[in-house]
Amino acid sequence: MEMSRDEVYSKVKDVLVDALGVDDDEVTETATLQGDLGAESIDFLDIVFRLEKTFSIKIPRGELFPESIVSNPEYVEGGKLTAKGLSTLKAAMPHADFTDFEKDPDITRMPVLFTVKTIVNYLTTKMAA
Amino acid sequence: MRWIWIDKFTDFQSGVSATAIKNVSMAEEHLHDHFPAYPVMPASLIVEGMAQTAGILVGEARNFEEKVILAKVKQAKFLKEVRPGDQLQYDARIEQVSPQGAMTAGRVTVNGEPLAEIDIVFSHIDNNMSGLAFPEENFVFTEDFKSLLTTYNVSASTAASAQ
Repeated sequence: MEMSRDEVYSKVKDVLVDALGVDDDEVTETATLQGDLGAESIDFLDIVFRLEKTFSIKIPRGELFPESIVSNPEYVEGGKLTAKGLSTLKAAMPHADFTDFEKDPDITRMPVLFTVKTIVNYLTTKMAA
Repeated sequence: MRWIWIDKFTDFQSGVSATAIKNVSMAEEHLHDHFPAYPVMPASLIVEGMAQTAGILVGEARNFEEKVILAKVKQAKFLKEVRPGDQLQYDARIEQVSPQGAMTAGRVTVNGEPLAEIDIVFSHIDNNMSGLAFPEENFVFTEDFKSLLTTYNVSASTAASAQ
């Protein structure tokens, strides 16, 4: 199904408003799901289900929100991603903007990667494939 | 008291939908406190009844191999009060199921009239919350819950053989 980026964004916005109980105007492209929109870990499951339903797609585990990388000791040292860990994460998340995270790849800062834009980018690429 | 908030299944379509009923009785202790002289079934227990109906449906879909935990009540709307003597019917339908969990949509009627809409997200906890370990045995689906299905299967096969 062909869909413009604006259409994707508008549908993602509706999904997040419903899933997180936030106001329409809180959902901006740069808003982070956890920090700005108050998402908890369980909300990610809900969001993935709703996106799958809304866009009639399957989102394989770890594709939109890769989590296994940070639980792999090989990629983490002193609470930060190693160079190898960072490049692996970047390869796994071509849909995310790493500009800020790269400055300090502390794994507790992972949530800065999960923005509304990250979801929109992911879906836009997925829908075009 | 046993923590079972449905009395029996009246329909069970594996992986698709389930219907259960619950008869509300003055023998239930809490109704004497909620509220004195005006017993009303707490809405939270109606949510629990739906969670059990839908949760067993989700668990059975994967042969009870997953530990199915209520993760989130997506929505719960109630239209009226439920009093002793009333009969509730829970209709649950699986909307989506994946290795990580499931999403169900549910409707509840009381004596045939619309009562509530309760949609739930369940988590298969062994596949989520990475790093946390849970006990080997499936502590979610105890014999108490499985017996509801056994009872249903027995009555369904008796009904079929009577035809």
